[in-house]
Amino acid sequence: MVVWTKQERACIQDIFSKLNYEDTGPKALQRTLIVYPWTQRYFTSFGNLYNAEAIMSNQKVAAHGTIILHGLDRAMKNMDDIKSTYAQLSMLHSEKLHVDPDNFRLLADCLTIVIAATMGTSFTADAQAAWQKFLAVVVSALCRQYH
Amino acid sequence: MSLTAKDKAVVKAFWGKIASKADAIGEEALGRMLTVYPQTKIYFAHWPDHSLGSAQVKKHGETVMGAITAAVGKMDDLIGGLSSLSDLHATKLRVDPGNFKILSHNILVTLAINFPADFTAEVHVAVDKFLAALSAALADKYR
Repeated sequence: MVVWTKQERACIQDIFSKLNYEDTGPKALQRTLIVYPWTQRYFTSFGNLYNAEAIMSNQKVAAHGTIILHGLDRAMKNMDDIKSTYAQLSMLHSEKLHVDPDNFRLLADCLTIVIAATMGTSFTADAQAAWQKFLAVVVSALCRQYH
Repeated sequence: MSLTAKDKAVVKAFWGKIASKADAIGEEALGRMLTVYPQTKIYFAHWPDHSLGSAQVKKHGETVMGAITAAVGKMDDLIGGLSSLSDLHATKLRVDPGNFKILSHNILVTLAINFPADFTAEVHVAVDKFLAALSAALADKYR
């Protein structure tokens, strides 16, 4: 069972309150597709991902990035049981989408970097620690239904 | 995932921009690593203070970042250029190479915070590749 301190909860909620989901989500997914190009394998239906410019202007990538952030919002609103909150999502990613779980960590790292750039020095080491703990729990919950 | 000519050019250009802040970046990245990944403190058990701002973190952050900056000039032969540092890490320090990835991640976070406009996706991928190649060179003599 995941134990959250009061400070961790406050930190994580504070970070979400500072984000524009329609900006952060797309940026995080774009960065993942550019920095780790093999992740593009899951988005062959998204059209032109041929280079960084194409990825940055791709509307389907932007839309999907936003969906991902809203999904994380659900985890944040159910922090005491992310496992159950994400049970169906985990099934979807393993059974239907067949996503290699290592990719969740790649996206998590890119998201952390986008948030660091957005928040600047207010993304302190303690904030980073709480945020990365949250993402680790999210990734673990997404990995649960893989057999 | 070898460094292309473009990667090297992007890394060199970006490093030129951050050169004046290199020491501070090294200190912040190391400090973040010790806070966010507390297991990394085991390699510094002899330090009285692992927090960001301590004299040890400052000095060591500068040392590490200095070596990384020097490696920017050795990108054409990282394994040769980092040979003695690799010997040191392999035989004396015996740092588990998994930790190189952890420090690299914290360097990227620190760069994003301090250079949000310059640390574009294209710079990010080139620097990430450089740090990965550097880490591999550092681990070269391990076995």
